[in-house]
Amino acid sequence: MATQTKLRILVAKPGLDGHDRGAKIVARALRDAGHEVIYTGLHQTPEQIVNAAVQEDVDAVSLSILSGAHNTLFPRVIELLQEKGAGDIPVFGGGIIPEEDIPGLKSKGVLEIFTPGARLEDIIQWVETTIRPH
Amino acid sequence: MGSPLAEGVLKQDVRAAARLMRRLDDQQPDAEQALRELYPHTGRAWILGITGSPGAGKSTLTSRLIGKFREQGKTVGVVAIDPTSPFSGGAILGDRIRMQAFEGDPGVFIRSCATRGAMGGLSRSTSNVVRVLDAFGKDVIIIETVGVGQDEVEIVSAAHSTIVVTVPGMGDDIQAIKAGILEIADVFVVNKADRDGADRTVRDLQIMLEMNLNHDIPWRPPIVKTVAAKGDGLDELVEKLEAHHAFLRQSDRIAKFNRERIRREMLDALRSRLLDAAAATIDAEGGMDKLIDDVDGGKVDPFSLAESLSGKILAK
Repeated sequence: MATQTKLRILVAKPGLDGHDRGAKIVARALRDAGHEVIYTGLHQTPEQIVNAAVQEDVDAVSLSILSGAHNTLFPRVIELLQEKGAGDIPVFGGGIIPEEDIPGLKSKGVLEIFTPGARLEDIIQWVETTIRPH
Repeated sequence: MGSPLAEGVLKQDVRAAARLMRRLDDQQPDAEQALRELYPHTGRAWILGITGSPGAGKSTLTSRLIGKFREQGKTVGVVAIDPTSPFSGGAILGDRIRMQAFEGDPGVFIRSCATRGAMGGLSRSTSNVVRVLDAFGKDVIIIETVGVGQDEVEIVSAAHSTIVVTVPGMGDDIQAIKAGILEIADVFVVNKADRDGADRTVRDLQIMLEMNLNHDIPWRPPIVKTVAAKGDGLDELVEKLEAHHAFLRQSDRIAKFNRERIRREMLDALRSRLLDAAAATIDAEGGMDKLIDDVDGGKVDPFSLAESLSGKILAK
């Protein structure tokens, strides 16, 4: 049978906020674009997220953060991925993240941040042009 | 020629194992070579199947079973299967949500797979992913099927011991008689047994089992009531599963199971090669669209076309 490669993307909600509507909408949009989404649910620690990312051999980790803890959680996930020898897995995300925090997050290795108002088509297009399957 | 992925798996490198599973799922050619090298290192694990209708509690039950086996000091692999959307080809794999407690436990390796169009409740890659977990050294491997209806029974030839999970109020005893899924259970679980009607469901299953006239099978599937969300009934379930495993080992059933599994693996590998050859031949003949045009335009009928194609495939 012909080789088939689709993207596998982990969609995770780190930290304490309990609102996963945004994460679910993005997960659904990725699925509808033909990709496989591993959705791990609410209240994940960075360790849990990285463990799942490695076991699932995902092409990217996408984090949704509404709690304000983005400046801690994004760098921590990137750091742990590197520790596990999985620093090649790109991290992007979205949520309620002030404009002024975005350059700092990007300098720490976050590939892209989508804030409220981002169009789903734009997110999908960005994913499909930026993320490459393993 | 040594496959680095196979070497990685034997050294219990999680990344290598995960990458190999991915390449098996994507049907990359190098994955088969790795599998050949791992094959002699497989055959030790006890493989459990969990199947049942959507929402019956398969993932929660799987999570509880992981916990019980970990208490016994056993390492556990899980292959959790969710459906691929027939429209987009995408999938949302959400079984890990219920297994969060083991995220970070090095004795547990959980892998989500999408069905990718395979029927029967498993993904095409399931058996091969199980082989990788087996070679990795996991003692128990749990396959959680997609939520199934009445005849997705492929799990039987993939798992040593199959658990069929049902819940109270799923239908009357006629449903129980006709459903093929109920014939494959080695152990029945009536989950959510704190709900009304649990005893009725147990009774319906008992009646169904009594009507089974196939007396040459000396194993009578036990029925266990559980409340997986609370962990109730899990000790009894593990006990019944272990009894089934012991039964398999005492009788010649495990040898029969292994032969059936080999037969299926070989046919799957053969089918996959024939399909590759067919795809190459179709391309050489101008591609699928052109062939469809030929039939649609009345130049040839599909049966003559298939005969001519198969002649060309076999001549190679």
